[in-house]
Amino acid sequence: MELRVAGNSAYAYTGGKAFDAKLPAIVFIHGGEQDHSVWVLQSRYLAHHGYAALAVDLPGHGRSGGAPLACIEDMAGWIVAVLDAAKVGTAALVGHSMGSLAALECAAWHPRRVSRVALLGAAFPMRVSPDLLQATKHRESDAHGMINAWSHSGYAHYPSNPGPGFWVIGGNLRLMQRQKPGVLHADFAACDGYRVGFERAAQVKCPALFLLGARDAMTPARAGRDLARAVPDSTVVTLDSAGHNLMGEKPDEVLDALVEFLRA
Amino acid sequence: MAAPRSLQFDTLSLHAGQRPDPVTGARAVPIYFTTSFVFRDADHAAALFNMERGGHVYSRISNPTNAVLEERVAALEGGVGAIATASGQAALHLAVATIAGAGSHIVASRALYGGSHNLLSYTLPRFGIQTTFVAPRDLAAWKKAIRPETRLLFGETLGNPGLDVLDIPSVAAIAHEARLPLLVDATFTTPYLLKPFDHGADLVYHSATKFLGGHGVAIGGVLVDGGTFDWEASGKFPELSEPYAGFHGMDFQEESTVAAFLLRARREGLRDFGACMSPASAFQILQGIETLPLRMERHVENTRKVIAFLGGQVAVESIAYPELPAHPDHVLARRLLPRGCGAVFSFELRGGRDAGRRFIEALKVFSHLANVGDAKSLVIHPASTTHFRMSDAALAEAGIGPGTIRLSIGLEDPEDLIEDLARGLRAAKD
Repeated sequence: MELRVAGNSAYAYTGGKAFDAKLPAIVFIHGGEQDHSVWVLQSRYLAHHGYAALAVDLPGHGRSGGAPLACIEDMAGWIVAVLDAAKVGTAALVGHSMGSLAALECAAWHPRRVSRVALLGAAFPMRVSPDLLQATKHRESDAHGMINAWSHSGYAHYPSNPGPGFWVIGGNLRLMQRQKPGVLHADFAACDGYRVGFERAAQVKCPALFLLGARDAMTPARAGRDLARAVPDSTVVTLDSAGHNLMGEKPDEVLDALVEFLRA
Repeated sequence: MAAPRSLQFDTLSLHAGQRPDPVTGARAVPIYFTTSFVFRDADHAAALFNMERGGHVYSRISNPTNAVLEERVAALEGGVGAIATASGQAALHLAVATIAGAGSHIVASRALYGGSHNLLSYTLPRFGIQTTFVAPRDLAAWKKAIRPETRLLFGETLGNPGLDVLDIPSVAAIAHEARLPLLVDATFTTPYLLKPFDHGADLVYHSATKFLGGHGVAIGGVLVDGGTFDWEASGKFPELSEPYAGFHGMDFQEESTVAAFLLRARREGLRDFGACMSPASAFQILQGIETLPLRMERHVENTRKVIAFLGGQVAVESIAYPELPAHPDHVLARRLLPRGCGAVFSFELRGGRDAGRRFIEALKVFSHLANVGDAKSLVIHPASTTHFRMSDAALAEAGIGPGTIRLSIGLEDPEDLIEDLARGLRAAKD
């Protein structure tokens, strides 16, 4: 679905069904240097099970126009603008990594627009090492290699994503390579520059699910649990043998956890 | 900050796509001899059919043993995924059928395996798909042959029979300028010697029957998607970038930014044409892949020794192997194939058809048969076997001389191979 947000085109995958704003809405927010397709299984399932799914491409990513947003706060504002453009009053937000910070920020400031928030691969602080941050700016290819190696817990995935026969690690690398030059650095700088995670977490009024990978080397589960403790109504689910790419490595477990959380 | 280390080729050959079985602890890849898979409940079934969950439904579409093979080959090639097929020819057909149809056109290298040439020359035209063949070294010809209805450029990493080295970077650039993908048959090189995706190819397939398996016991193919080609931006592939009525109105490019081709190939081509691989074959080919790096190194080492021997023989008129300075693609081969140019090559024996026949029949170690890429050394003399009805003139048009001998060098002691060839050469002179 194409929307018009802040003067630019904004793309959202609707799970293979026409978007119906009358249904309970879920907005899926991808992580740095990625796009909507990381959510294809979860958003497609929920779209066929009574929800209105919007798996967005953030500005400058995938099919959305405009430049990548410089900070997490701007991403949160953009999500609200997407809800307005799609004529959605209240939505559940599901964010991964950078997208989880955007979802957290959005939930903190817009309690009447956000009914629930699921944060995957979330952590605070989400600082990026100076070497990696430099690499995202000057050596994208090297940075892709590092991020991809750190994002996976193993070399075999069942049932793989989006299905058997797909090499999750190769798919994640190609997806990063598909993003425009400069997006990677903007995203990682935004994560690195976010300073108010604990304050925003304390402001969140809605139920929050923290879905963490026990073997996440990008955003360690320990830092996710620290953030979860700051949210008044939070639940933590830790997936064994999962790294940072939770949706790629554990698509079924992620979906099952989301379904349970959304139905609670 | 220490950069993380990704698994290297040798390790991926053993581990990619598989972990010890979580239920039984089996370390080796189990053979899942089952046609179908039980659903957890009705919702799970519906979700699998509607691609809301990944998983196995029916072994024509996917199977856990095959999935290990697919993911392993994809990892070795540097792709996003793969599909195991009944044979290499089935992989080629699946690639073509996924993005071409009646009215489509292909530009292909003239230096192709005979079966592929037949498919493109005679069979696909019956279904409305035409092919223009070009000399693989003639880059201008590749460009000139592209038409508005062209959907694919296609060649082999090492062409048949003269081992023409496909200039993948240049042909890929021509393809991409025309918003078309390049498909490469990498059977002769395997990812150990050459990774076509690193040089610009978009799709790769193998006859896994050959070096990937290496043992000559299983027929199979693997089609790999590099995940680099933007089908939607091309504007020429509505099969991948517009809703498909045959699968719930799915727009494959929307579903997967990087794997639209493979999604459609599996959901349509494998489902409808049904040329799937048996899980037994997948297991056997996986056993071969575990030792692929070791075998390819030895194949190339033995080949170099055999070529050094043949090069000094008066009875040998010429040898077509790109590592030799006289080969027209020698410079290109040094750039694209630094680890070696494979283990299949042809040489021209003086004395014509009769000499060729005597040579073949005197060999004791080499097996006289129509295959390549076995652990055992193989030989064939086209003029007295596969092409025996053709005149010398017709043979020449196909790039084959009356004394052309094709060898596939195996893993035996190289001195035994050389002694066997010396025996053959002596017989050829009689």
